[in-house]
Amino acid sequence: MSEVLKVSGVTQRFGGLVALDNISIHIGQGEIVGIIGPNGAGKTTLFNVITGIYHPTEGQVFLEDTEITTYKTHEIAKAGFARTFQNIRLFGKLSVMDNVIAGMHTRRKTNLFDAIFQTGRRRREGREAQEKAEKLLKLMDLWEDRHSLASSLPYGHQRRLEIARALAAEPKLLLLDEPAAGMNEQETEELREMVLQLKQMGLTIFLIEHDMKFVMNICERIYVLNHGVLIAQGTPAQVSQNQAVIEAYLGEED
Amino acid sequence: MNKIFEFCAWHSGKLTVGALALAIVFPFVFTSSYVLRIAITVLMYIVLSLSLNLLVGFLGQMSMGHAAFWGIGAYTAAILSTRLNLSSLGTFLAAMVVAGLFGLLLGLPVLKLKGYYLTVVTLGFCEIVRLVELNWMDLTRGSLGIAAIPPLNFFGQIFKSSRSVYFVALVLVVLAVYVVHSIINSRVGLAVMSIRDDDVAAASIGIPVFRYKVMVFIVAGMLAGLAGAFYAHYISFIDPSGFTTSASLDLVILAIFGGQGSIPGAILGTTLLTVLPETMRSLMEYRQMIYGVIIVVMMLVKPDGLLGRVNFKYIRQRLQMKAEKEAKA
Repeated sequence: MSEVLKVSGVTQRFGGLVALDNISIHIGQGEIVGIIGPNGAGKTTLFNVITGIYHPTEGQVFLEDTEITTYKTHEIAKAGFARTFQNIRLFGKLSVMDNVIAGMHTRRKTNLFDAIFQTGRRRREGREAQEKAEKLLKLMDLWEDRHSLASSLPYGHQRRLEIARALAAEPKLLLLDEPAAGMNEQETEELREMVLQLKQMGLTIFLIEHDMKFVMNICERIYVLNHGVLIAQGTPAQVSQNQAVIEAYLGEED
Repeated sequence: MNKIFEFCAWHSGKLTVGALALAIVFPFVFTSSYVLRIAITVLMYIVLSLSLNLLVGFLGQMSMGHAAFWGIGAYTAAILSTRLNLSSLGTFLAAMVVAGLFGLLLGLPVLKLKGYYLTVVTLGFCEIVRLVELNWMDLTRGSLGIAAIPPLNFFGQIFKSSRSVYFVALVLVVLAVYVVHSIINSRVGLAVMSIRDDDVAAASIGIPVFRYKVMVFIVAGMLAGLAGAFYAHYISFIDPSGFTTSASLDLVILAIFGGQGSIPGAILGTTLLTVLPETMRSLMEYRQMIYGVIIVVMMLVKPDGLLGRVNFKYIRQRLQMKAEKEAKA
């Protein structure tokens, strides 16, 4: 199994605070891997390191065989990682459709010259983008909302739109930061089905989630982070039996 | 109000053609040189407000130094036409290139700066440019200004009558509208507006934020430079007092009043704010006060400007969607 993501010995310090301490993880092609841990464990920081928002103090990050530790965020996106955010970050004044088409940025080539001189490339790419957006929006069940402003969507739809936008970049790895946060049970179930559908399409997914039922149901492997340290990893069954994990979540027995 | 917007969105093509036709007929109906002078001013300010709208409305970066580009364009044209006797086509192109280069120069600090910090830099930039214009005697003749700038001339034809100058200005407006419209409706424009709405998310989908910001600064500078070149030939005398921070602020008001990130908004707002003070001439000194009150009320009632929240493209798409659904049912 080839590895899509490999994080090797990553440490992230902010001043005196060690947010991540010597973390090593790997994700293989086609896997769905989860990362869990109490609040402040460093999960989102790890995502930020992987996507280049932070550059780690020590250690390396690889995308397949390429080292991307020092890449800028937009270069990492171009290389093949796409993500969603814990606090939804959509392009609020753009329509749902335009949000998705914006997500295709790295897959299109129209430049300023094409734009001003209305070249054939611009027209062709515009048409292709529309078609691709239609597929993605139908997949994420947002087709009826396509011309609404992203900021006017209900919460659950906004979460799905963020995923659709990330998918538009045709990523090798999709990173989801708490995709089910704030969703009710029915919405979570719909999301679960969508994520499974993405897996069937061959996508590799790495997700942070607090909803244990969701994580246990969907992930093949789970990493557990606490205070910046990786305390356990394995299948959902292994992790939920792990003594260190139980202590991290419930506190130690006296 | 919504009905009106829906009507405009649905018939936007016809309305654009209609507005252009009106603009072409206008100087034949109103022949007084006073009215035409106001009309020419309106057209030039539309180019400026559109170019500033690229920065403020589409990129979301407030600039308090836009008059500097206008001035750079004006001085480039004035110097080249008085010393080298260059035709207007040449001075227009040169003004765009020079103003674009300064756009690049101003755009580069964007790498480190964001929001208000950059706004302060644009303010300083405007002041630096004005001081250079004021003190580089050999080049700009300082506060004496450059006089006797030749009138507009293209391909051996001289454009001196109000009507012919009006048409040159109209061509510039059409050009500016076309360029801005083409950019915002392309991959480039989508990237720029993504940066405006959320730069972290924009980077996360692979948009090189810095490169696009600089690109917008260059294009906005070029369009303002073009307006400056036109202004120099039209007014035939320029000095540094026209391109101050206060002139920049006037441009900001024009760009915001009509609606940030809206081309029809920029045209409508600029026209209203330029014509209004003229119609109130009889009120003498009260006119600045009335002008001020209008802007304050506007910011309270519609902080995004007249058409700032009205996206005709999306309204049209929604109407189309509704029509398709009804056709099916």
